[in-house]
Amino acid sequence: MNFYETDLTQLHDDLVNKKISATELTKATYDNIKAKDDQIEAFLTLNEENALAEAKALDEQGIAADQLVAGIPLGVKDNIVTKNIRTTAASKILDNFKPIYDATVIEKLKAQNFINAGKLNLDEFAMGGSTENSAYQVTHNAWDLTRVPGGSSGGSAASVAAGEVLAALGTDTGGSIRLPASYNGVVGMKPTYGRVSRWGIIAFGSSLDQVGWLTTSVKDNALLTSLISGHDEHDLTSSTREVPNFGAQLNDDTNVKGLRIAVPKEYLGEGVDEKVKTVIKDALKHYESLGAIVDEVSLPHTQYGVAAYYIISSSEASSNLQRFDGVRYGVRTNDVKNLEDVYVKSRSEGFGDEVKRRIMLGTFSLSAGFYDAYFNKASQIRTLIRQDFENVFKDHDVVMGPAGPTVAYKIGSTITDPKAMYMNDVLTVPVNMAGLPGMSIPAGLADGMPVGLQIIGKPFDEETMYKAAYTFEQSTDFHKAQPNLGGQN
Amino acid sequence: MNFETTIGLEVHVEMKTNSKIFSPSPVQFGAEPNANTNVIDWGYPGVLPATNKGVVENGIRAALALHAEIEPHQHFDRKNYFYPDNPKAYQISQSVSPLGHDGWVEIEVEGEKKKIGIAEMHIEEDAGKNTHSPNGYSYVDLNRQGTPLIEIVSKPDISSADEAYAYLEALRERIQFTGISDVKMEEGSMRVDVNISIRPVGSDKYGTKTELKNLNSFNYVKKGLLFEEQRQQRVLMSGGEIGQETRRYDETTGQTILMRVKEGSDDYRYFPEPDLPSLEISDAWIKEIGDAMPQMPNNRRERYINELGLTEYDAMVLTQTKEMSDFFEATVADGADAKLASNYLQGDVNAYLNDEQVDLADTKLTPANLAGMINLINDGTISSKMAKKVFKGILEGENPAEYVKAHGLVQLSDPAQLQPIIDEILSNNEQSVADFKNGKDRAVGFLVGQIMKQTKGQANPSVVNQLLMKSLQAL
Repeated sequence: MNFYETDLTQLHDDLVNKKISATELTKATYDNIKAKDDQIEAFLTLNEENALAEAKALDEQGIAADQLVAGIPLGVKDNIVTKNIRTTAASKILDNFKPIYDATVIEKLKAQNFINAGKLNLDEFAMGGSTENSAYQVTHNAWDLTRVPGGSSGGSAASVAAGEVLAALGTDTGGSIRLPASYNGVVGMKPTYGRVSRWGIIAFGSSLDQVGWLTTSVKDNALLTSLISGHDEHDLTSSTREVPNFGAQLNDDTNVKGLRIAVPKEYLGEGVDEKVKTVIKDALKHYESLGAIVDEVSLPHTQYGVAAYYIISSSEASSNLQRFDGVRYGVRTNDVKNLEDVYVKSRSEGFGDEVKRRIMLGTFSLSAGFYDAYFNKASQIRTLIRQDFENVFKDHDVVMGPAGPTVAYKIGSTITDPKAMYMNDVLTVPVNMAGLPGMSIPAGLADGMPVGLQIIGKPFDEETMYKAAYTFEQSTDFHKAQPNLGGQN
Repeated sequence: MNFETTIGLEVHVEMKTNSKIFSPSPVQFGAEPNANTNVIDWGYPGVLPATNKGVVENGIRAALALHAEIEPHQHFDRKNYFYPDNPKAYQISQSVSPLGHDGWVEIEVEGEKKKIGIAEMHIEEDAGKNTHSPNGYSYVDLNRQGTPLIEIVSKPDISSADEAYAYLEALRERIQFTGISDVKMEEGSMRVDVNISIRPVGSDKYGTKTELKNLNSFNYVKKGLLFEEQRQQRVLMSGGEIGQETRRYDETTGQTILMRVKEGSDDYRYFPEPDLPSLEISDAWIKEIGDAMPQMPNNRRERYINELGLTEYDAMVLTQTKEMSDFFEATVADGADAKLASNYLQGDVNAYLNDEQVDLADTKLTPANLAGMINLINDGTISSKMAKKVFKGILEGENPAEYVKAHGLVQLSDPAQLQPIIDEILSNNEQSVADFKNGKDRAVGFLVGQIMKQTKGQANPSVVNQLLMKSLQAL
């Protein structure tokens, strides 16, 4: 089964009308995975036995017409807690961890009888932009196996791009959905902070984390986002706003006439690859040709975003990751003599270098005597970044630019230079800092590698973003481009 | 050289809510280890706290009771430290925007009234409990993890051990009357951390303070402070220096013993809790809570004295606990005479509670039944002697009127019923009548005794006396 040649609505209809059974679809999914994952290495844990049993049960009871994802196998990033299914966050410290509860997003999908295909690789605890920081394996970009898939939702993006699964859940703290979406030529949406419950997401930067989907089409993404959104009493930062059916609004009448697009000059400035710029400028011209109005604007505090982001996210992470202490769950080192040993040895052995780096950075930033100069200053910058966007959104509907400054880079090229890796987040972190929705859609190729167009919306205005993305997608062929993976597509 | 003493008290009060501050687990004393816990209390990966609104309301009640200003825009902060009883390795507390600040309570020591300031008070979660077994293992019980606490920090206004004692009494009393906590040190629902420093009178710089631990009652707080005050004086007078120390109070010797020397201050890396939205406290909400607040003990005492005519002593005793005070008020509301109700509560009821070692709430006694019994005494239906029996009945939850009926305890007060009996006794005891006529008053006592015997003790003695005298004089 080639997931590029179908979509969620089609598969759902086929399942309801019994043109295909859930068992056949599930088997086809695992056939895809088995054919490709030796090269992609996207999955950390396969849920095949359960998935086939669930599919069989669903076939027996029939697929309900009002359950869009029923019987459809989807991938789940491994920092999303799944009951009785090993959840590692790609860390050795959770190597043996089988949760006893489901994240809210999983509960919602289970209520719709989705099938969990398995757990997808990521940078350990979602810290990184390449998925090279996984404690288990390096995931490869389906377009060029020598390149990274981006991160931290690299497993999710690569798996969807390679056609292993129809769609996969990711998380985005500073670009972790959008950057891999861009690198892999798929659609990735990070909804507004508070749109989707964080209950059951292994926390990285609590004030920044958000769950979203990686898909091959805008409409699938829109339909799936509505399914996981909404207030959750377990997450008081989740919004009580009503959730529109984003997908139902995308049709032949959808257009961008009069859409006011702001393009920050900082997003097409120094440090952004010229070929990436060209693809993005072409995309913007295309929007103009469709009747949108494109203005150059300035988001003057963009240049401080990366520094402020790394202080805030690392500070929160340093606190969030303290619970991995070897006492109650996860891996505890055997060779211990006292309590201090339990802590120090379990954590020293359990965490990888990038995680340790951020714990140290965050701990430092919160320490007495440094708090004001680091955490507090970063929080002030965060306010300024939010205000930058507020100003622009006074007379614009969306902001557009590239999702990443380059296309996917070679595996190993930044691993010894964390700062170089951090700089790839320059165009995505401001969105998390401001709590805004941001997405990346395929906008073309540069040197044969996908380039993502980033669309940033007003708070809780994913609707406008999806419409803009859908109009672009339907009037171009970029989304039809597929990676040529060993000729198996 | 003369010294003046400065004492600071940090009081933790455990709230008696149904569920924990950030999780739906029950709050309950004495359950099986870890029975009252869930994934939130374990600090499981992916869990989030959700604030129990009742805890915020209780915090507001405490702030109102302590005359504190309530912060309208509050948020929680994380206090980071590793310990096995602290599963997230951070405690959710309030550092930057405590719920209340600049409050006070009034104390009285040796007839002198004084206001003690409260610097701040905030709500936070309690930690679990570690126990260390001789087998070499340590056990973690997270039942207490997440129990809601209020921490109350005094201003440096307390200048003696007696004032510290009076401050704790005042705090305990006022918090107890809000109904948010049992405030019992012996059960851990009130915990006290103490620091004390001395300085030469007139010095504008505080001395180095020491911290005292293991103070498990108000009395130990007082004794520990007295000892420490004198110890510090001795050290300074002999030319020594006070170290920044934590000292343990030893109950058997009454001394404080060095536990550890503090070097610098702990760095808890406080920062705003990102998992919880800020708390917006509206004036309307505060008013709603304030309007429904139980009256504070000092106001109750005034009312008992001025409106109900009780003595200051009675008012004091009745307001020692909210439970007793509420019971008294309900008894009076049910129509009982205030003085009699007060006497019964302080007398028979308190004696019973002491004998049985129970709280009022654990008994079957109700205000309605106590009032009913008092009214039966007042209207002469039963004698105070009979009341002793009735009291036993109402302790078992019996209705006093029904109890009196069932046990034939009704007092004979009707002259129409008593007169024939008197006449009969008089005619059967001519010698006594003659003695009375001859001025032997003792005869009256004998005759009354005969009448009581005849009526099996049910005759109303005062009515009998009246009727008997009348009959004797008529003879």
